[in-house]
Amino acid sequence: MSNPTELQYTAEHEWVAAGDPATVGITAHAADALGDVVYLELPEVGATITAGEVCGEIESTKSVSELFAPVDGTVVEVNSAAVDDPSVVNADPYGAGWLLRVAVSGDGGELLTAEQYAALVGE
Amino acid sequence: MSDDAVAADARPSPLNDEHVALGATLVPFAGWSMPLRYRSDIAEHTAVRTAAGLFDLSHMAELVVLGPDAGAFLDHALVGSFSRMAVGKARYTMICVESGAVLDDLIVYRTGDAEYLVVANAANHDPVLAALRDRVGDLDVAVQDRTDTTALVAVQGPRALEILRSTPGLVAEGLVELRYYAALEGTFDVDGEPRPVLIARTGYTGEDGFELFVDAASVGVPLWRALLAAGEPFGLVPAGLAARDSLRLEAGMPLYGHELDLTVTPYAAGLGRVVKLEKTDAHGRPVDFIGRAALDARAHAAPARVLVGLVGESRRAARQGYVVTTRSGAPVGRVTSGAPSPTLGVPIAMAYVTPEVSAEGTALAVDVRGRPEPVHVVALPFYRRP
Repeated sequence: MSNPTELQYTAEHEWVAAGDPATVGITAHAADALGDVVYLELPEVGATITAGEVCGEIESTKSVSELFAPVDGTVVEVNSAAVDDPSVVNADPYGAGWLLRVAVSGDGGELLTAEQYAALVGE
Repeated sequence: MSDDAVAADARPSPLNDEHVALGATLVPFAGWSMPLRYRSDIAEHTAVRTAAGLFDLSHMAELVVLGPDAGAFLDHALVGSFSRMAVGKARYTMICVESGAVLDDLIVYRTGDAEYLVVANAANHDPVLAALRDRVGDLDVAVQDRTDTTALVAVQGPRALEILRSTPGLVAEGLVELRYYAALEGTFDVDGEPRPVLIARTGYTGEDGFELFVDAASVGVPLWRALLAAGEPFGLVPAGLAARDSLRLEAGMPLYGHELDLTVTPYAAGLGRVVKLEKTDAHGRPVDFIGRAALDARAHAAPARVLVGLVGESRRAARQGYVVTTRSGAPVGRVTSGAPSPTLGVPIAMAYVTPEVSAEGTALAVDVRGRPEPVHVVALPFYRRP
């Protein structure tokens, strides 16, 4: 599994693509660990999220995980295609399986490089 | 996202290299390293419902009971009746402690006049083996542990029979007529040599299917490969523990550590039918067994809690340990297993609840991580094969 080097990561297995707005998703490692994702509960557009705090849920047949906000900001878009068909999160976690676009405010939390994240998950 | 730490030091299955070659995700399970899934757990689940799945169950405990008193011993050690069971039959049963609580659920196969195969859960290998040996007493019987030398593979699904009949080298006379919960001795050719295979029409998926017990070292891998190749045209895929769990949940089958443990009796689990309080030996004399006195008292008492099925009315699934409440929030029980059902498309769960709220159709709720989600009580199983 290769984690795109242009992204930043959290220890809770989210990725962030810097930008205005920033894009947020979960890593391939996380999607594989969950198994087939069947349900996403994401914050609504306009919601304020805080780095390190829970902002959603990702449910598979086998288990459920919380989605932690990787940055501070305001949700400006959610991936409604992924909500309708969550299998895209497994199929393309760094592309079509993105979850949120966030207008970032403040410094947010500490993020990891792809290399640091790979070391964390033992890849 | 957050994940649990993964334990090390797990024992590999005799089919481990096959799983690695197939790209399986291996996880520690009851001290073994077993396939959780190969690719998609939903695809594996669906294949078993519509075609077939191939499972490695070599982690299960195979304990052989041998000797002239084997039947009498099992009558005494377990809650069911075995001395009068015909050779070639199988029975779902339980081993209880004196209090009537469940030490494990088992399948017992009578493989000969004086020989039985007891299959226990991997997690309970040690306590079941110890309890059986402890219960031998003066009887002329030996309990042998064949877990390490046995590979167990299961072919489960509506195409299972056709797949076994199409597997080169597998000879099983009477397979078509073999009844559910019965077994026969077949052979499987390895390098031209017929090797013994115990083929049982049993399973844990709610589908038709077979479980095949073979020598781990010489037969396990070639049999696995032959079944996989023969099954492919029928839609068979290798299937892991994740699919096995969602399949058994839909079929309303209990899993030790979830629906069964040392705090419940077979009656609370809705499985009182396996307890043979009035069983007799081969000479028609009444048989006492471990747990009988306590179970006899429980059989006629109203249970404090009963196992029910719950179907969710929203998307968020109840999971093991979550609290069941009335719609107004009063606690009435606890979830033992729960997941989004791949076949039904809604969340399903099993739960122990107080008898007052156990009637079919009762509207309840489950506290799913701080938010109540509406559910209602349904009859088990959730899924019955067409």
